[in-house]
Amino acid sequence: MSQQHHIILPEGSIEKATTTLNLGPTHPATHGVFQNILELDGERIVSADQTVGYIHRAFEKIAEHRNLYQITTLTDRLNYCSGPLNNMGWHLTCEKLLNVKTPKRVDYLRVIIMELARISDHLICNSIVGVDSGAFTGFLYVMQYRELIYEIYDEICGSRITTNIGRIGGFERDFNDIAFTKIQKFIDEYPAVLKEFENLFNRNRIFVDRLVGAGPISAERALNYGFTGPNLRAAGVDYDVRVVAPYASYDEFDFTVPIGTTGDCYDRFLVRNQEMWQSLSIIKQAMNKLADLKGKDATVFHADVPEYYLPEKQDVYTKMEQMIWHFKIIYGEINMPKGEVYHSIEAANGELGYYLISDGGRSPYRLHFRRPCFIYYQAFEELVKDGLLSDAVIVMSSLNLIAGEMDA
Amino acid sequence: MLAHNQHIQQKLIEKFGEGVYNFEETYETLHFEADKDLNLKILNFLKSEQDLAFNFLTDLCAVHYPDNKGKEIAVVYNIHNIAKNIRLRFKVYTDIANPEVYTATSIYATANWLERETYDFFGVIFVGHPNLKRIMNVEEMDYFPLRKEYPLEDQSRTDKDDEMFGRQVMQRPMIN
Repeated sequence: MSQQHHIILPEGSIEKATTTLNLGPTHPATHGVFQNILELDGERIVSADQTVGYIHRAFEKIAEHRNLYQITTLTDRLNYCSGPLNNMGWHLTCEKLLNVKTPKRVDYLRVIIMELARISDHLICNSIVGVDSGAFTGFLYVMQYRELIYEIYDEICGSRITTNIGRIGGFERDFNDIAFTKIQKFIDEYPAVLKEFENLFNRNRIFVDRLVGAGPISAERALNYGFTGPNLRAAGVDYDVRVVAPYASYDEFDFTVPIGTTGDCYDRFLVRNQEMWQSLSIIKQAMNKLADLKGKDATVFHADVPEYYLPEKQDVYTKMEQMIWHFKIIYGEINMPKGEVYHSIEAANGELGYYLISDGGRSPYRLHFRRPCFIYYQAFEELVKDGLLSDAVIVMSSLNLIAGEMDA
Repeated sequence: MLAHNQHIQQKLIEKFGEGVYNFEETYETLHFEADKDLNLKILNFLKSEQDLAFNFLTDLCAVHYPDNKGKEIAVVYNIHNIAKNIRLRFKVYTDIANPEVYTATSIYATANWLERETYDFFGVIFVGHPNLKRIMNVEEMDYFPLRKEYPLEDQSRTDKDDEMFGRQVMQRPMIN
């Protein structure tokens, strides 16, 4: 016996003129776990409601129970596309609190790592913009150079994504020859690749038509929304933490800060491409500066901070003093000085800040991460409103939204 | 104290008198505390005054000081004059029993989510906020986890006993 089924619609749904679309949390276009509830009129976006927090891991709470050196592993899980940048930012914050002065060689080595991380982050972001607008080639083509960057991390610290690279005061060991060879290989080969990548995209009619005018923002609104990094510079504000408040000897390097005019997706794409060229030039300069160092300066790879720097393993087994330090550090018996410090670095997405309050104990009293991604994602609705659905997807990828950084 | 910080301090005291106090300079950043009712006036003053021009809200967060009776929660504003690269930080304290602070969303759009985050973790009610609801945690949560009284491992949950991890306590068969 056949039975007629009636679909019962919620009240008012026939009259509803707009469509609700869930973009995320596991949509392929979100490249991470976050959600957008879009209200669509045909293909035009009427409103957007962003939800974050799907991978919130309470890092700020966990950090209140950890020693300084144990927090480093939390930081590289923020923006996992450029973990070393977050690590370095954290070390620099600790060094500011502890008044540690690092040797020049440490600064240059750090600069190399930070700029490599910036390149790998921008590389992913820009090639993903290509993927989302239908051009897969660029993504596949540049991926092997991100691989090379990860191999360099691997040589230096033994891991690839969640790097935990370096320590308070410097590095745990010197860069080996393979690392330097690979950095040199990167410097030699990458320009051709980046040029090819730009040839594929920059003047590509289809690509340009998709990106120009998508998700624009004025400089004034961008500042009001707390934009930083490439997204702010694309809107025409030349704010770069490396220039206004140089850390790690950035003041010795010669580079320009590329800016855009309209703050749309195309400008963001171009700014990131230009920044990769600048980073490459900074790495070259750093390599030259390293070669110029003489005598003891040419071999040192960490500052003299025994309270925070684990001694050599063979010394721990054979020397009394070193063994004491080893246990004191591992057990976290080192009290840090009292104080409040805010330190920020130019991470790949913008100003990454650490606000650290110490009450003189062994772990921070309070630690707050200023995550650039979290702050500028709230402008998403303003960026995509009245635009097309397909533009929203590109806006999302060109903002470089990293779920780990948004949720902390 | 650096000259520009001295200038800022002088202007603030001229304008707000007793309302701003405990000026301090650490790591070249001026830091002060203020009455909580003055927070918007101070932000507005710092932003609109020609020679101060703090046009950028870098960060906003809260800190819990349980021993500070009557002023348990501090809301910290971290603002920045980008053109001159001058940073400034100030705190307003509020009572934990009635943690109400005026919202800064009308001055900086940045404050929107940062205040939601602060509400989520510390329960600070930002009066006048357009959409004050939890942002990181689930909306059903009924406490504010970053306050100091909550230990790291959540004691309020009952769904994390051994059974949930496949470690049911086995009853041993009786052997005569």
